[in-house]
Amino acid sequence: MRNSLKNVYLIPYCLWILLFVVAPIVLIVYYSLFDIEGNFTFANYANFFTPVYMKMTLSSFWYAFLITLFSLLIAYPAAYLLTKTKHKRLWLMLIILPSWINLLLKAYAFLGIFGTYGAANALLEVLGIGSQQILFTDFSFVFVSVYIFIPFMILPVFNALEEMNAGLIDAARDLGASGWTTFRRVVVPLTMNGVKAGCQAVFIPALSLFMITRLIAGNRVITLGTAIEQHFLVTQDWGMGATIAVFLIIAMAAIMVLTGGRKRGTQA
Amino acid sequence: MRNKWRPANLYLVAVFVVLYAPIFYLMFYSFNSGGTMHGFESFTWEWYAEVFQDTRLLIIVLNTLVIALLSAAISTILGVVGALAITHVRRHRRRKALLSLNNVLIVSPDVIIGASFLILFTMIGIRLGFTSVLLSHIAFSVPIAVLMILPKLEEMSPTLVDAARDLGASRLDVLTKVILPFIRPGIFAGFFMALTYSLDDFAVTFFVTGNGYATLAVEIYSRARQGISLSINALSTLIFLFTVILVIGYYFINRRGAKQVGWEAGK
Repeated sequence: MRNSLKNVYLIPYCLWILLFVVAPIVLIVYYSLFDIEGNFTFANYANFFTPVYMKMTLSSFWYAFLITLFSLLIAYPAAYLLTKTKHKRLWLMLIILPSWINLLLKAYAFLGIFGTYGAANALLEVLGIGSQQILFTDFSFVFVSVYIFIPFMILPVFNALEEMNAGLIDAARDLGASGWTTFRRVVVPLTMNGVKAGCQAVFIPALSLFMITRLIAGNRVITLGTAIEQHFLVTQDWGMGATIAVFLIIAMAAIMVLTGGRKRGTQA
Repeated sequence: MRNKWRPANLYLVAVFVVLYAPIFYLMFYSFNSGGTMHGFESFTWEWYAEVFQDTRLLIIVLNTLVIALLSAAISTILGVVGALAITHVRRHRRRKALLSLNNVLIVSPDVIIGASFLILFTMIGIRLGFTSVLLSHIAFSVPIAVLMILPKLEEMSPTLVDAARDLGASRLDVLTKVILPFIRPGIFAGFFMALTYSLDDFAVTFFVTGNGYATLAVEIYSRARQGISLSINALSTLIFLFTVILVIGYYFINRRGAKQVGWEAGK
């Protein structure tokens, strides 16, 4: 007790927490209880459970799921192979480097690549398929999102693979397990935490990034993030926006608990 | 053995190509005199000239840098304070609670941070613009600064502080002459992370920026929404080069920091 009394550093730090962590969350919940005219109401919540918003929420989750799945399918082998290379730190840095470039610029690049006369359509012409409308489809949205999130998936998986005791693989092989069995029964369970961290790092932003949907998917894909942005900055219906934000926070917390809670189990 | 890894290497190379292709595509067409991102006509510096003649854009770049440096500096100071606060909390439970609260802004989606800060600023009556952008950048950079500094503080043996106190150092002396030099690599790392967070942020800024004030990311977004203009390509090329320099700089600072600690420990 004596210690915490002396802890002067706590005052500014707790002020920061109070003002920028606690207050914003409280304000979001508070605003979700008011309609556009400023009357107290639960209508926003009732509204959220109408088919329109439910459909949007489900499709947002579905897209986020697809994006996470494809990122994982591409990133896991890449991370695995990375650990086998000679200068793995250098390679890893090269993989991470694109993630330092603002994602708007990467999305913008795809405006050119996927455009009517862009590289993707040129390739399709050469292949004899003929040019297609690629931009402003859900395919382009998923593709660009996966492209952007791959480094964020590779990094935690790579770290988990690095932390793994290599002796365990030798042990499994010595005991007669095939390469596939070793991978399935030893490598995958031991890197599960990395996979979870990666899924967390991809799924939550995939639910909420609105700029990719705006730039790449036109208005075809509406995620929770897009809806929040729409309500706050376009229609100015802060109450409804805050309500969606409340559900996004709940979804986020649920995902964190789901992907973080197993740690105890694996250690036991 | 060599042959066994061939397809594996091919896969890695493919991932690399896919990761870098769009960036180089973007950079390549920044030299296209044709004005579109297809059909390269001839080489030109035109778009770079346009970028450098665009005073509005240059002001926005300046704004972005000012915000980044200021917010990084302030959030690093707050990060040191926060890390010290957390290490001073002896009770395990409370410490964990503080850390969780610290991490809320790291895991929160940008839209939530943006929307809630927008509400916050309008409620306390802060005009949207420079102040609101600066405050929100400081706010979301503090937790990452804390996380970069905290391990260094925990690494430090408490006997160092005790020894300094026994030798008659005041609390301030202990802080400035023992603790801060020891955690310097963490402070550098925190500053750098805060800097990149600020430079990279779009969504939060987009919410709290209001009219008339823009950072580079917001400007790029509004231009990209209007379609392709090769001055964005030229700008991206410049940003890419800047990023590479920043990453290399960060790498060397990290190495120097690591060396210094080794040297000081050896002493």
